[in-house]
Amino acid sequence: MEAAEIEKIPSGSNIKNQLSLPASLGINIFFIVYSLLCIVPLILIIMVSISDESTVVREGYQFIPSKFDLAAYQFLFKDATQIFRSYGISIFVTIVGTSLSLMIMALYAYPISRSDFPHAKFFTFFVFFTMLFSGGLVPWYLVYVQMLDLKDTIMALIVPLLVAAFFVLIIRTFFQTTIPVAILESAKIDGAGELTIFFKIVLPLSLPVLATVALFQTLTYWNDWFLSLVFITKESNITVQYLMYKTMLNIQFLANNSTAAAAIIAAGGTFKFPSETVRMAMVVVGIGPIIFAYPFFQKYFVKGLTVGAVKG
Amino acid sequence: MKKMSQLRIFRKYWMFYLMMLPAIVLLLLNNYIPMFGIIIAFKNINYADGIFGSAWSGLRNFEYLFKTSDAWIITRNTLLYNSGFIVLNLVFPLSFAIMLNEIRSRFLAKLHQTIMFLPYFLSMVVISYLVYGFLSDQHGYLNTSLLPALGLEQVQWYFTQEVWPYILPIVNTWKSMGYFTVIYMAAIIGIDDEYYEAATIDGASKWKQMTSITIPLIMPIITIMTLLQIGKIFNADFGLFFQVPRESGVLFPVTNVIDTYVYRTFLTVGDIGLSSAAGLLQSVIGFALVFFSNWVVRRINKDNALF
Repeated sequence: MEAAEIEKIPSGSNIKNQLSLPASLGINIFFIVYSLLCIVPLILIIMVSISDESTVVREGYQFIPSKFDLAAYQFLFKDATQIFRSYGISIFVTIVGTSLSLMIMALYAYPISRSDFPHAKFFTFFVFFTMLFSGGLVPWYLVYVQMLDLKDTIMALIVPLLVAAFFVLIIRTFFQTTIPVAILESAKIDGAGELTIFFKIVLPLSLPVLATVALFQTLTYWNDWFLSLVFITKESNITVQYLMYKTMLNIQFLANNSTAAAAIIAAGGTFKFPSETVRMAMVVVGIGPIIFAYPFFQKYFVKGLTVGAVKG
Repeated sequence: MKKMSQLRIFRKYWMFYLMMLPAIVLLLLNNYIPMFGIIIAFKNINYADGIFGSAWSGLRNFEYLFKTSDAWIITRNTLLYNSGFIVLNLVFPLSFAIMLNEIRSRFLAKLHQTIMFLPYFLSMVVISYLVYGFLSDQHGYLNTSLLPALGLEQVQWYFTQEVWPYILPIVNTWKSMGYFTVIYMAAIIGIDDEYYEAATIDGASKWKQMTSITIPLIMPIITIMTLLQIGKIFNADFGLFFQVPRESGVLFPVTNVIDTYVYRTFLTVGDIGLSSAAGLLQSVIGFALVFFSNWVVRRINKDNALF
């Protein structure tokens, strides 16, 4: 490797301060083993999902089954209405939730980042306090179900996650530390209103922190199943995560929702479907998008976390 | 600066209030109104009369909660698991970060970091499937392949209490490893190389460098990460304790935590009073704990405190 590359390697990399060869080798092997431990469970699930059902029943879940079969996927997609609908809801909730929440949090973070705003301290505490104390699940649930009447609505999957105190404070700190007050003042002298300053100057200068928070919120919304568990009973509003949970709990749920089952019975066949492999196929289908987005996501996550950690 | 009257402040900064309005409304709905709902814990709720119309019951809900064995079990589980998680989330990611930093090939270090980060991106539902793939009584990889190969007896994992105090911390650490490792790694990279050069000239061993340079210099970030977790020590990761054990009732003595208990007594059993009492206890003790731990840190080093 070129010298320039080596120089980029962080601390402890000067030539005199290297680990001995065996120690270095040991660490390398250790990390290879650990990395394997991180992907092996996923590989197992994928392998089971493309296995032949009777082989799975006989041999158990195997990394390399003796017989492959795509019946599980065929079954899932024979009537994929529920899957597509759930995908649609998950995507809608994620996109709308993330963009709304980013906008609302940034709009709140900006005034409390301004040292000349006399109530900045009060409103900082107003959001910070929600990290310290909460009313608990019961009153929270009653607000959404009885006061707002949001049970079984898509709003119930979006609204509760819109404002996260931690992210508001992170955005505020970013505004405070990276946007020079001089720019704001000169804009004001030029006659720009606060809203113009916010949209034309503050937001464009804050893309790194906005991107980081957007990623975290995307993950939060996409992976959320708790709100569905608590608020959703109608099948039409079930997200992908909740669909996976239901399938895990009871394979019959999928059968009941699938006209495929009815079609099989109507055709005179006994109702039998590859239940073990279907479960795993369901999770592969559910993981789908996050795996494809993962490498892209990961890069920015690390960047975002790094900014936060160094600032400490 | 002369003190402005409230009215003048409002007139001058009205746009700020307008900008903050959506978040204020949401915080009130989602956080502040439920805080007033804690009175439910002191009431004998019936839906006909509503929350305010229902009769006061004093501390009866709490008495009832503490009469059951649940109160002790869920408090113990929540505290023990979370304390364990805090230690594991410090020791392993920190040592991983230090070791990863010693890997000479930048490409390999990046690759390991990327793979390690993967579990963090998966939802608890997916994680529960991954665990099930190994532990399923009938078809799980451990029971059908690994244990027989080692000549060991099969284990009915979802019916065996003793194993879960190990499984849950393993799963939790596995999932969060990438996240914490990146944070500690970033802090370590931020350390000036000159410290290490000077130490090398003085003949300091790797171990000595770690204990007298690396760890002291990243102490602020270690403290903050730990403090944030201590603040949440009474809030269990609902997903981990609800999804991963697959709601196996046999396992409740070792998997039931305050969060899952509150959920089940409220939405499955329907006992509002009891679950509110448990929820309030959780909030109040959690609040006290944040303040206490922050106070301790402030006394040791003011700069490291959360507030």
